[in-house]
Amino acid sequence: MSRQSLSLLKNLRSIATGSKIQTRSVTYMPRPGDGKPRPVTLIPGDGVGPLVTNAVEQVMEAMHAPVYFEPFEVHGDMKSLPEGLLESIKKNKVCLKGGLKTPVGGGVSSLNVNLRKELDLFASLVNCFNLPGLASRHENVDIVVIRENTEGEYAGLEHEVVPGVVESLKVITKFCSERIAKYAFEYAYLNNRKKVTAVHKANIMKLADGLFLESCQEVAKKYPSIAYNEIIVDNCCMQLVARPEQFDVMVTPNLYGNLVANTAAGIAGGTGVMPGGNVGAEYAVFEQGASAGNVGKDTTEEQKNANPVALLLSSAMMLRHLQFPSFADRLETAVKRVISEGNCRTEDLGGNSTTQEVVDAVIANLD
Amino acid sequence: MSRQSFSLLKNLRSIASGSKIQTRSVTYMPRPGDGKPRPVTLIPGDGVGPLVTNAVQQVMEAMHAPVYFEPFEVHGDMKSLPEGLLESIKKNKVCLKGGLKTPVGGGVSSLNVNLRKELDLFASLVNCFNLPGLASRHENVDIVVIRENTEGEYAGLEHEVVPGVVESLKFCSERIAKYAFEYAYLNNRKKVTAVHKANIMKLADGLFLESCQEVAKKYPSIAYNEIIVDNCCMQLVARPEQFDVMVTPNLYGNLVANTAAGIAGGTGVMPGGNVGAEYAVFEQGASAGNVGKDTTEEQKNANPVALLLSSAMMLRHLQFPSFADRLETAVKRVIAEGNCRTEDLGGNSTTQEVVDAVIANLD
Repeated sequence: MSRQSLSLLKNLRSIATGSKIQTRSVTYMPRPGDGKPRPVTLIPGDGVGPLVTNAVEQVMEAMHAPVYFEPFEVHGDMKSLPEGLLESIKKNKVCLKGGLKTPVGGGVSSLNVNLRKELDLFASLVNCFNLPGLASRHENVDIVVIRENTEGEYAGLEHEVVPGVVESLKVITKFCSERIAKYAFEYAYLNNRKKVTAVHKANIMKLADGLFLESCQEVAKKYPSIAYNEIIVDNCCMQLVARPEQFDVMVTPNLYGNLVANTAAGIAGGTGVMPGGNVGAEYAVFEQGASAGNVGKDTTEEQKNANPVALLLSSAMMLRHLQFPSFADRLETAVKRVISEGNCRTEDLGGNSTTQEVVDAVIANLD
Repeated sequence: MSRQSFSLLKNLRSIASGSKIQTRSVTYMPRPGDGKPRPVTLIPGDGVGPLVTNAVQQVMEAMHAPVYFEPFEVHGDMKSLPEGLLESIKKNKVCLKGGLKTPVGGGVSSLNVNLRKELDLFASLVNCFNLPGLASRHENVDIVVIRENTEGEYAGLEHEVVPGVVESLKFCSERIAKYAFEYAYLNNRKKVTAVHKANIMKLADGLFLESCQEVAKKYPSIAYNEIIVDNCCMQLVARPEQFDVMVTPNLYGNLVANTAAGIAGGTGVMPGGNVGAEYAVFEQGASAGNVGKDTTEEQKNANPVALLLSSAMMLRHLQFPSFADRLETAVKRVIAEGNCRTEDLGGNSTTQEVVDAVIANLD
């Protein structure tokens, strides 16, 4: 009797403990012609950029995904964006990029920022969530940080009043605040999210951040079924590391968004795994979620062990954006299987695999 | 020891036995303005049609889905489609409809068929699959029947081969074959099976098969095979798990779709739609012209599941995947729980009770 129950126990335990992550099938009726391959502009970038964008190219190839890439050489120390790049993105509407290494100081403006301004990609989106099987100090994290991408502290308006005195202008406009607030609430509505939190420091910057908050409050009135609250950015940082599960969608001006997104990424597993993108009214550029300008340490570039997961998940978002949900599902499922199995991880996740080994594992796990 | 293992057993069993179906969250970055409500033409239809389309309207309302309906009165005994209907569908590009009751005989052509021809909805699609919790004699069924929607009885002119007829058939066969393989490619399906009777109708079905074979060459990663329709019917009821996507001419598609729906749980639960190059009309998957028995209409216990799942397909078509997921999950939970089912599934709930259960199960 006890021997029977023991083997029964073993069987039930194996059923209960996390069966293999399944790709879900959806009932989806495409239009005739939807399968035609779509061109996507590709910017490999600097540092580990080419390594991780190549990872995406390999996986897309293995899936026979209906996309093909038009690559452009861009480096962070160029004086301006190369000829033909903007035309390509305007034609294709969609771009995938690795990071561009912005020189510190020296007066050369960041090409990452230039690109966003030229294409008016006013919203940056980062999805920070716990991946199954990837241990972190915080559970139940599922935060989407929506960050204004074109103004704020990044307006680039700095001048030296007199030698030794520099003024840096932070510009906040009603127009930009309104459209980022509208985007955040629309995102929450379309993705069945319950709450939007505005992050600010209006107790100090009463006019600038005050204007931002006003815009958020006006938009919130149009979405009565979505909860809205506000949080001062210093308290926000503390709350993120204490009880991150209280946050859902967060809308922020430019600088706070950078910090909040990186913090949220860090508590949920690291910037190496979080997907994200930049979107405007007409174009979308997908790149690693947080620390998008980060091109990795020199050692990472030499040892070729950059984490491709973030860009792979961003490219899954891109596939959904291009309306290829089935391919997006397959890609995400394969990546999540590799992470949850746990024996093929790059250095930033505590493992010792190379980028190529992770790519091979993802391809092997494709349905 | 044995008492400990007994309670452990009980715990493990409750974990293992189907935990509540979860809505999956996807990382999806919409374009600004994607949340704007979209208009959809609505045809309540005849018989149980108004009952089930009203079910969809209630659930869409409860979800605050970004769609609003423009209803049109259409009845199967009208001489032609009402004024304004086609303009509305051409403007909105998307339509949801209940069945229209086609009179038997009498020379009045079917308005269901007219609509498909006017809008050139050349592909009809039915997804037949086992719903979790709904018992049926066959397991592992997940078949998509893609049926050519605009030709049909013309195959009867096969022995009167004239160039015009043959060309017309070839045109239609090629595009339905292209659609079937494209569907398989976009939905990660592994196999397309062409259903035919080319041993008897050598020219007509032979042409259909040729078109399928040509298109198959362009998709080397998708398996392709052919099956004669009588053997197909037998195989469907014997080993349905061998089928994946099936592409058929109009003649057989109706029968194959209904058989596949029946083995997996019934025509009351299978979603489907009709699509052309420009427009899409969503309706109950199989027996689309069926308007239900008189008793079903009186007792108001028509099964709304098929049209609800079709409207979820419609939400995906309109690019609202999150709403589609919520709707499908809620419907599947209601079916899995098992205590709120209409007569055709062996229960005794009314349509309204099922709708209330679905709304209660929405995330």
